[in-house]
Amino acid sequence: MSTMALAATMILTASCKDGNKEEAAAPMSNEMHQESMDDKDDMAMSDNQDAKAEAILNDYFNLKDALVNDDNGKAKELGNTLAKSLKAFDASNYSDNEQSELKDIIEDATEHAEHIGESDIKHQREHFKILSKDVTDMVAITGTDKKLYEQFCPMYDGGTAWLSTKEEVRNPYYGSQMLKCGKVQREIN
Amino acid sequence: MKVLKIIAWIALGALVVIQFFPTDKNESYTTPETDFVLVNKVPSEIENQLMQSCYDCHSNNTVYPWYSKIQPAAWFLEDHIKEGKAELNFNEWDNYSDRRKKSKLRSIIKQIESGEMPLDSYTLIHRDAIFSEKEKEAVLNYMKTLKDDLE
Repeated sequence: MSTMALAATMILTASCKDGNKEEAAAPMSNEMHQESMDDKDDMAMSDNQDAKAEAILNDYFNLKDALVNDDNGKAKELGNTLAKSLKAFDASNYSDNEQSELKDIIEDATEHAEHIGESDIKHQREHFKILSKDVTDMVAITGTDKKLYEQFCPMYDGGTAWLSTKEEVRNPYYGSQMLKCGKVQREIN
Repeated sequence: MKVLKIIAWIALGALVVIQFFPTDKNESYTTPETDFVLVNKVPSEIENQLMQSCYDCHSNNTVYPWYSKIQPAAWFLEDHIKEGKAELNFNEWDNYSDRRKKSKLRSIIKQIESGEMPLDSYTLIHRDAIFSEKEKEAVLNYMKTLKDDLE
């Protein structure tokens, strides 16, 4: 009888382990289906769009600062915030060509932002590289009120760019390791 | 001792009951025109590697192992496959824009290079899914060429 009990307990522990793994995997897929909650803006349509593009930019800069500060946890949080802002973006006021381009950019950027929301800092920086390209392409279409600096670090992954609101270089790919590596390669506005 | 016995019976009962919970099978007998291998005319040795190491979780057709019929393993697999396909579905390759193809290729290269893919929990049973050094290099070179063509 006790052998029986032992066998059953073993099965029980085995299935518990699997259960845990499932739970661990679950939040990732939940995040992907998160709906944005700030759809009820009552501003005029075009203002609304600009505001949403600016919100994306703000989230992006906050995320960049977290990476500059080597702050993995903060970057996770801000990656998720950015993913939400990206999903809330509404391209309907742009031309057909711009809309399809924007949709593409936003989809790609959302994926990278979501990954940043769940990765270690090395991966976050890898995703930030492509995210930066996406956001730069977005700004080329939406424009912005801000003065932006496109900066470039020749050392990271064969040369990598990012955007900043400040002229002085603070490198998000190396953080404290090489804080000032890079140069301004283009000014926007 | 009595309590233990009751717990054991309940656990056993639960294990029997969950066997009757159905899972969604990821099976498809046709390959769409948008498939990675078709679109890119992938050479056969690379194709074989991809089929063996990637397609079970990154396409619409999984070759299921025997334990997929047993719960809770079936749930665990279902979850992995769903997640895998959401990240990358080789069958849908041509539906991705160039921007996304580049993004996906970059992730494919990074993850194979670092050994994150194929997943350890997959290669644990699918020993033939593990890339030899030579195979790894061949697949990586192929993916890099594709990526460079898109730049």
